[in-house]
Amino acid sequence: MVSVSEVSRPIGIARSRRSFLRRTLGRQEFWRGCVAIVVFLILWEIGSRSGEWFGYTLPYVGLLPPPSDVAVAWSKVLMKWGYWESWYQSFKRVLTGFIAAQIIGIPFGLMLAVNKYFRDIFFPPFEVLRPIPPLAWVPASLIFWPTNEMSIAFVTFLGAFFTIVINVLGGARTIDVRYLRAVQSMGASQWDLFWRIILPGTLPSIFTGAAVGMGITWEVVVAAEMISGGGTQGGGGLGFFIWNSYMGGSLPQIVVGMISIGIAGYLSSTVIRMIGRSAMPWRKLF
Amino acid sequence: MKRADASLEFNGSSGMPTRGALTIRDLVKIYDPEGVNIMAVDHCSMQITPGEFCMIVGPSGCGKTTLLNAIAGFHSITSGEIFLDDKLLCGPDKPIAAQGADRIVVFQNGALFPWKTLAENVAYGPMVQGVLSKRNALAKAHEMLAEAGLGEFGGKYPGEVSSGMARRAEIVRALINRPKVLLLDEPYRAMDGLTKSIMHEALLEIYDRTKVTIFFITHDLEEAIFLGDRVYVLTTRPCRLKKVVNVDIPRPRNYEVLSSEPFRLLVEETRDAVHEEAIKAFQLGERELA
Amino acid sequence: MHQVVSPGEFQVAPRATPNRLARAWYLLTKTARSPTPYLMAFGILLWVFVYWLLCEGLKLPRFVKIPGPITVLSEWLSPNPQQGISIFTPEYYEHIYVSCRRIFIAFCIATSIGVPLGLVMGWSRTFRDYTFPILETLRPIPILAWVPLAILMFSGYETPVIFLATLASLYVTTLNTMLGVQSIDEVYFRAAGCLGSSRWDVFRHVVVPGALPFIFTGLQISIGVAWFSLVAAEMVSGDFGLGYLILSSYMNSVTVPMVIAMLTLGFVGWFTSAMVRFVGNRLMQWHARALALQGR
Repeated sequence: MVSVSEVSRPIGIARSRRSFLRRTLGRQEFWRGCVAIVVFLILWEIGSRSGEWFGYTLPYVGLLPPPSDVAVAWSKVLMKWGYWESWYQSFKRVLTGFIAAQIIGIPFGLMLAVNKYFRDIFFPPFEVLRPIPPLAWVPASLIFWPTNEMSIAFVTFLGAFFTIVINVLGGARTIDVRYLRAVQSMGASQWDLFWRIILPGTLPSIFTGAAVGMGITWEVVVAAEMISGGGTQGGGGLGFFIWNSYMGGSLPQIVVGMISIGIAGYLSSTVIRMIGRSAMPWRKLF
Repeated sequence: MKRADASLEFNGSSGMPTRGALTIRDLVKIYDPEGVNIMAVDHCSMQITPGEFCMIVGPSGCGKTTLLNAIAGFHSITSGEIFLDDKLLCGPDKPIAAQGADRIVVFQNGALFPWKTLAENVAYGPMVQGVLSKRNALAKAHEMLAEAGLGEFGGKYPGEVSSGMARRAEIVRALINRPKVLLLDEPYRAMDGLTKSIMHEALLEIYDRTKVTIFFITHDLEEAIFLGDRVYVLTTRPCRLKKVVNVDIPRPRNYEVLSSEPFRLLVEETRDAVHEEAIKAFQLGERELA
Repeated sequence: MHQVVSPGEFQVAPRATPNRLARAWYLLTKTARSPTPYLMAFGILLWVFVYWLLCEGLKLPRFVKIPGPITVLSEWLSPNPQQGISIFTPEYYEHIYVSCRRIFIAFCIATSIGVPLGLVMGWSRTFRDYTFPILETLRPIPILAWVPLAILMFSGYETPVIFLATLASLYVTTLNTMLGVQSIDEVYFRAAGCLGSSRWDVFRHVVVPGALPFIFTGLQISIGVAWFSLVAAEMVSGDFGLGYLILSSYMNSVTVPMVIAMLTLGFVGWFTSAMVRFVGNRLMQWHARALALQGR
């Protein structure tokens, strides 16, 4: 059973950053998590070094590079300029597609939510296109757009766009009618209604959509970089970095690339969450 | 036709009730979330006799629910002891009571499993305790629901019936296990006055038949005096016993009691005490615990 | 003076059980009288028209390279397709079959691992404390970054593709199931405890049914992401399947099969998630009925 002793919490106790750190270090689950990850790394190391556990040959794990090799490969790569160039390239693409999707997706989603006729006309084609996986668009956009860079940006945009619109639409439509009535009864104009109620009411969903969209954007960028074979020479993005390592047969470097993308993706979603928290002080649990 | 063996009568309905004496002695409960001590209950003692319809009244957030949680075994206690009949539920060496079907809670917002029909909900207790097979448990559940006037709703899901029906079914779900104590945590809080009055009469009817000990938490004074044998008024946090009022209105009671003179006098007698505490609680302005 | 009506004079009509057919008919006529269906049809037609206008009508510079709706449709339905793929060629169905089979296998594996894993993770705090951090460390790595590693680890075409689709679904299913268990109201656990349940009873009668709505939401998302990664994986490594068809058409500079494959993917993807939703509603009568009462 779920433990019941933590149900009641005192309200309004100021928490400083330091006490947050201290609380984290004092938590059981923090240490359990550390133990789990260390054990995981050790098992991985032994598994891929020996290729067998307790006399049984491991089918696939033996092919993986052990974490120590990965660490060595990483330390070498850190010195190289091309690696950081890849970071820059990927981030640039992610941001381009992501921001474009926000700029177009949020107003579009709000329009869908606010106007019934607009929704009836534009939602069906949107729903028809939505199930097509974003990566299926890659070849078509390579044909359509004059440069590789633009086609990657387009596919990235698509990846985030659908998620963002769906979230904004859902969020705006679940706003409690009582808020709208309350503001109307105080004599607000349509414009006030939009800025004071609908937009802040939709903010949580906008940020949820942004977080999910960011994840998809990274997926799409990596794949697009792999499929299109990178842009400029040397630094074609992290996806290209992985692909290059694959072509060069350097397994540890593939894993380095994977972890780097993991870190990059994690950083981006953390930033979104932080922005969300400061934009919505009334929602502590975002 | 009513069959005696499946009926709601079990606690010595002919003569004096024998089961379900609840003794609370010097109960203390201190919440300690993240280094801030909050005393919810402070040396509270009560003696509830078998078959008593006991009403607990106090301002919002005073620790009534904490008492109930300690009895039901949802929370640990800091010190003191609770006995049910002669069995120690929790005490110095046993901070948290074991949950068991001798004390069944009916929750504030209802806790019928929404994924089971009313009959399946009622049959759940005997089934998991291994008292009855699934088939017999369901048969008995239908019978008891019919007795409580819910016969045609057995196959419905809780989401499909009114909240009053659901609450009644929940009481039946508790009674099918023949508990020693029924713990009710403001069960009619969210209901409108008219539904509430119907619920009260139904509950009184059930009580008159079963004579099960009832521990009923409320903050509605008239409800307390209308239903209860004794009304325990609690202070605001930390919660202590402030006053015990004996309600000597004869049973069976019906709604005419509400306009009678003794009822009015009892309400007046209790109101001052409750009001004083309510003002204190309001001025503290703290958010309610749990 | 108003007339007093005695209660006996009112005849309360016996509540008729709603006839499903009559209800469906009522809803149908009601919809037909509102502007919504016509606007929706107009929206779709408008979109197709703009698409046609850009690619075939006006032949705008870059759009001309993309096959327009008439070209695609006539090729799709033609018994002798110029570019090799139409509803009359067996290859078309071969591609669909291969992709669907891969999705089916991946979805089954991911569900049979993910649901139990998520249930236990949500239910036991100790287990969650030890496993959740590992999952959270691995999860930010995009599925598609696994592609080269998967190709190297698993030989052949089939296994890497299925592995990637499985991995994608697995995360979603596990996390949603876990969230589902955590979202069950504490009060149901307490009620079950009061009624004398053992730990196993709680698991069977509270944890599993309580988490089901979340599990099915998770499964719907999971089948979506499975398609998403399947396409990418098939593009990079594969010998058949819709994703492969898209990329190979591109490589061979035939654009019509590419568009056909995209539209097919959209339809098949939508169909599979609709099926999951259907199964979910069937299994969760209590949920579906409550939602229906709320008019949703």
